[in-house]
Amino acid sequence: MILVIAETRRGELRPVTLELVTAALGLKEAAGGRVAVAVIDADASSFAGALAVAGVDEVLAVSASTPHFEAHHTQRAVEALIEAEQPALILLGHTIDSMGFGSAVAARLGLGFASDVTAVSWDGGPIATRGAYGGKLVAELDFPGHERTLLTVRAGAFDPADAAGAEPAVRPFDVAFDPPLTEHIEFREAATGDVDITKADFLLSIGRGIEDKDNIAQFEELAERLGATLSVSRPLVDAGWMSNARQVGQSGKTVQPKVYLALGISGAVQHLAGMQKADTIIAVNTDPDAPIFGVAHYGAVADLFDVAEALEQHFA
Amino acid sequence: MKVVVAVKAVAALDDEAELVDGDTAVDPDGLEWDLNEWDAFSLEEALTLRDGAGDGEVVALTVGDEEAQDSLLACLAKGADRAVRIWDDALEGADPLAVARVLAAAIEPEAPDLVLCGVQSSDAVNGATGVAVAAHLGLPHVAVVKRLELEAGVATVERELEGGLVEVLRIRLPALMTIQTGINEPRYATLRAIKQARDKPLSELGLDDVGLDAARVGASAGARLRRLRHPEKGEGAEMLDGSPEDVAARIADIVKERMSA
Ligand SMILES: Cc1cc2nc3c(=O)[nH]c(=O)nc-3n(C[C@H](O)[C@H](O)[C@H](O)COP(=O)(O)OP(=O)(O)OC[C@H]3O[C@@H](n4cnc5c(N)ncnc54)[C@H](O)[C@@H]3O)c2cc1C
Ligand SMILES: Nc1ncnc2c1ncn2[C@@H]1O[C@H](COP(=O)(O)O)[C@@H](O)[C@H]1O
Repeated sequence: MILVIAETRRGELRPVTLELVTAALGLKEAAGGRVAVAVIDADASSFAGALAVAGVDEVLAVSASTPHFEAHHTQRAVEALIEAEQPALILLGHTIDSMGFGSAVAARLGLGFASDVTAVSWDGGPIATRGAYGGKLVAELDFPGHERTLLTVRAGAFDPADAAGAEPAVRPFDVAFDPPLTEHIEFREAATGDVDITKADFLLSIGRGIEDKDNIAQFEELAERLGATLSVSRPLVDAGWMSNARQVGQSGKTVQPKVYLALGISGAVQHLAGMQKADTIIAVNTDPDAPIFGVAHYGAVADLFDVAEALEQHFA
Repeated sequence: MKVVVAVKAVAALDDEAELVDGDTAVDPDGLEWDLNEWDAFSLEEALTLRDGAGDGEVVALTVGDEEAQDSLLACLAKGADRAVRIWDDALEGADPLAVARVLAAAIEPEAPDLVLCGVQSSDAVNGATGVAVAAHLGLPHVAVVKRLELEAGVATVERELEGGLVEVLRIRLPALMTIQTGINEPRYATLRAIKQARDKPLSELGLDDVGLDAARVGASAGARLRRLRHPEKGEGAEMLDGSPEDVAARIADIVKERMSA
């Protein structure tokens, strides 16, 4: 059987969950013919409707004892589920919450394990594909000696399953929880800035390739000249050079402009998460193997300063 | 206040990197080594906590071959009190669960108040080693910490979630945290400190020194690398060739065309 661990936050099913369901259904027959989705939430059974995907056999509802995700509780619940249900494959999203417990479960139970997986096939057991060397190479992994394997799957690697089927059967699953080891204080929303990059049609996006804080003014001017809004990759925010309102990516904003012109951005997975749905992506990078070229529609292996200077001339 | 920081020397591929050993490894000549970006932030956090507490010790710990030595020296130069490098040829290509097993075995006798790891390593991008170490040590843990304050043995931390959302939570020490970039401003080492780093204690241990052997580490591995390959080309971008002027002209055309569409 395949066990999918749903992710919920503040009463919502996180979109990666239905992507995991797609991945699971694709391997269902090979992995023993059964797919169950476990929901660990204070109101677990309320998610059955959101998981009404044809082919999902069962929802296992674990009633969480804390109102919000608590890493140690979820870890405990997933361990109990694996011990009771004995799945051959356990799928989690490669998300912030999963990074808080997924590998701990695998280490404690001695499971096969790989993270940030982008594709899975089956050959007597799971075979996983993931990036290597910062995404410049692709690695193929197998899990010899493991009857059970836990994979965390990259968000966006699979299309979401259509939750328009009949509601699956819900089975309550009891877990004996210890007191939680962390105490939730509050959620804090991202600060809103002076600019909303999600509304822009044309983003000029700069990354660590611009090298120096003093160079930012030049790209602010270029953006104005081009009629673009300036956005950035995370290191420029981490360094305190730009406000996080302009950050594109997993921990910043998700954007979908008509044109995304990326200068000196390598294309790390967390950056791609925020911009890969742009209509037209143009990337300029000195490194021909930069992963950004894998999602770009147009690319140039060139020095961004040279291109920026020449580009100005075309916009009076 | 004793803080153990797990630091990794990460490998960046240069342009001519070649696959070797039946496509299961990269020719070492094509690799450049550096301290993992995330670990510079966790080291800085450890140094700040030690200095804020007024006393204590920061120990930098790595699992790596000689290529990792410079990264460890960099940690000493920045202010770590002591460094430990663990290596055995059986660890070549070890997966995050095997590395976590070794790190845990080395950390346990240190009995630190706090263990810091990076959220992820920039080469492997597992985002996995830290909490697996915590699992072996039975330590409470928080992943992806972007702010950390300590008072009377209780840490108040900000956990960074998707979309810029933050969860504030409390956790009691001893604990393990994985540290996110931007939490602080990592210092640079002065030239003098770099020279002096060689006089600081740096111990080199084998697996038996931490009570392990190759068989036990192998048994804790989660995965086996079947093969490496280059990403499929073709699906990627249409490349714009020529001088920067040519490239700029093409980009200008594409932008103007798309924006008026
Ligand atoms: C949990 C988590 C969340 C994250 N969230 C985000 C996020 O929301 N957004 C985000 O961006 N990152 C995020 N990151 C960080 C991400 O992993 C990368 O570290 C980051 O995206 C790298 O930014 P970069 O491409 O600008 O820098 P680098 O990876 O350093 O790339 C710089 C690029 O510039 C090129 N370059 C250098 N000089 C020139 C030149 N003169 N001309 C042309 N090209 C040049 C280089 O070849 C290189 O490809 C997150 C990480 C984690 C772990
Ligand atoms: N070989 C290693 N030696 C020491 N620490 C490591 C090693 N590999 C991973 N780590 C730690 O685990 C973190 C996350 O790495 P990873 O799980 O590989 O993405 C790193 O930032 C380090 O703190």
